[in-house]
Amino acid sequence: MTDMPAPPLSGPDAIRDSYLAQVRRKRLYSGLALLLFVALMASGFVITDDRNAGSFWSGLHNIFDFPSAVISEAWAKRDQLPGHIVHYFPSLIETINIAAVSTLVGGLIALVLSLLATRGLARWPRLMPVFRRTMDIMRAVPEIVIALVLIYMMGGGPVPAVVAIAFHTGGALGKLFSEVNENASLKPVEGLESVGASWFQRMWLGVIPQVAPNYLSYALLRFEINIRASAILGFVGAGGIGYELKNTMSWGMGKFDEAAAIFILLFGAIVVFDQLSSHYRNRLTAGART
Amino acid sequence: MTTMIAGPDLTRRVEGMFRRKRMVAIAVPLVILAYFVYIFFAFDIAGLGQRLRMDNALTLIRDSYSYKTVVTRNNRSGATDVAIEGSRRGTYPADAPPDWVKPGADSTVIDMGKGEVITLLPDNKVTFEIPSYGTITAQLVGGHVTSDLKEPLPDWISASSTRLAITTDTGRLTLTRSKTEVFRYFFGWEMFWFTVDSPYFGHSLISLLTGPQVDPARSNLQGMWQDFWHNPIWRHADTAWALSETLMMAFLGTCGAALVALPVAFIAARNFTPSMTARFGVRRVLDFLRGVDALIWTIVLARAFGPGPMTGALAILVTDTGTFGKIFSEALENVDDKQIEGIRATGAKPVQRYRFGVIPQITPVLLSQLLYFLESNTRSATIIGAITGGGIGLLLTQAMQTQKDWEQVTFYIVLIILMVMLMDWISGKLRDRLIRGGAGGH
Repeated sequence: MTDMPAPPLSGPDAIRDSYLAQVRRKRLYSGLALLLFVALMASGFVITDDRNAGSFWSGLHNIFDFPSAVISEAWAKRDQLPGHIVHYFPSLIETINIAAVSTLVGGLIALVLSLLATRGLARWPRLMPVFRRTMDIMRAVPEIVIALVLIYMMGGGPVPAVVAIAFHTGGALGKLFSEVNENASLKPVEGLESVGASWFQRMWLGVIPQVAPNYLSYALLRFEINIRASAILGFVGAGGIGYELKNTMSWGMGKFDEAAAIFILLFGAIVVFDQLSSHYRNRLTAGART
Repeated sequence: MTTMIAGPDLTRRVEGMFRRKRMVAIAVPLVILAYFVYIFFAFDIAGLGQRLRMDNALTLIRDSYSYKTVVTRNNRSGATDVAIEGSRRGTYPADAPPDWVKPGADSTVIDMGKGEVITLLPDNKVTFEIPSYGTITAQLVGGHVTSDLKEPLPDWISASSTRLAITTDTGRLTLTRSKTEVFRYFFGWEMFWFTVDSPYFGHSLISLLTGPQVDPARSNLQGMWQDFWHNPIWRHADTAWALSETLMMAFLGTCGAALVALPVAFIAARNFTPSMTARFGVRRVLDFLRGVDALIWTIVLARAFGPGPMTGALAILVTDTGTFGKIFSEALENVDDKQIEGIRATGAKPVQRYRFGVIPQITPVLLSQLLYFLESNTRSATIIGAITGGGIGLLLTQAMQTQKDWEQVTFYIVLIILMVMLMDWISGKLRDRLIRGGAGGH
């Protein structure tokens, strides 16, 4: 209760009264906020449930139907499962490649944009707000929007997904990178400037070595997210394992063993890359501290 | 450097370090370059030029900022009508066509702008005056399209015995057995506010606000709002509803996940659950929820609940429960025991200890994560909505699949970006206040 106003100096009773009044007001506000929250949740639940094809309560009974159908079919054909996994492995590689390329390209875009948008480092200080807004807009564009437009223009395949994810990544990483840049020491930059280094040299030799570990750590985190994103975009037609999953799913019964193989591959890939990236991120941040 | 090293030794060491740095500085870009080369072939970038359909791209770009008005003559009955986008809702009344179409006794003169004039003549005859090319005359004779065109034809004209199409900068003329169609392109989204069948179409805003009452049954303001909101082409009411549905999906999913994750996080936190097995079990469940991607959850849940916004909300809920469980349990492991001790000393029961000793400590972390996820889930809800069929994501995919309403696609894209930016802004503002308020103490 630091924001309590100084009570009038008229004995402990007055202090207690004003304290209790504050407590009551605070309780009232939190009670109202809680009530609003509960009302929003309840009405949201009712409305979305109403708009859904099946209702929540009836669906709850069937929630295990599909997983058990997949598992039982996969179990019945378990001898074919390794074959399916080998068969779909190349599509998994494609999904991971999409994520890797878009993280790299998006990271490079973010690198340039963030340097141009950071006070003290910007090449053209007057244009800083322009680059900041550019990053905001890039960050706000959901991948699926760009992917769908590009799929219409150039057909399915990995390229629409790469462009879409790289665009979003450029904005998302750009914001994180510019936060890192804000904390970079300007002394090396000033030193380089005093010996006549160009802007590019100042950035490359003065800033990048300071911020590289943090950049890498953020980029690894983004890579994890992008693997998931590229799987989702595959589902709308942009190639990779998501596309295969959509095909087997629309086939329905009879191909659930293949769907199971794809689930296993996707789950495995996500877990493996999560672990790898968190391992390296820990090393990077630990290295930066010493 | 805690120990001093003598001259030559130090030099050697420094030189070695520099050599290694230089190697890394060259090797890293080389590796990235090599990877890009591999991708160039793996993704068949070279074949992209062939697959890229420029005509699609041009239609998309042109339609996104312009609209076309179609003059159609039925070649069998001879009836002519003028309609925006060729839509029934956009049809002009026969006695009041737009001023660039001049119906005569037996012919219709269409001014295409830039000196180009198309004249629809009787007996299914049509002339097209193009200043830079000359006048083209075409006629439907005995079910065949004939014209006075001479070979070789420029690439903006395609002619056969069943179809003639002439495309210029201003529009297009097509003549087939069944109809003669003239497209003229204009800048803007003409029916964004009102469709042609609305009495308010074609009036300026000022004349509507200050002028006489257009529709005797309704006041101008009320009627304008009704005709705009229930615009049958742009469906503004449905769009607004879809946007709120997407937001609702994000809100329900995120807050639901937080509500589920909070009690679970207590079990997963080392200092609140001494039992190794319980902790291990809960943590693996959380890892599983996180590891199975939102895509898989969406598919699995769509099978049980059917397509719709509830499925999307649940998919977000399930995935984020895993993430929140992890973040919250880490926050719980970092709480200060002294405050709990203090509450315990007053004789508080466990629930009261949690409520007054623990929750206030983790509230700032909890709320700021919640806000952050709410913002990022707005974007996810758009994507999930496109897959599971709910919200603005569904409208976007539907408009794309019909492949003609590109101006609506553009509109939806702008709305989505604005919505996400707004959520980003709100959540950023609230988080700033939370952090500043949190620093002041509790």
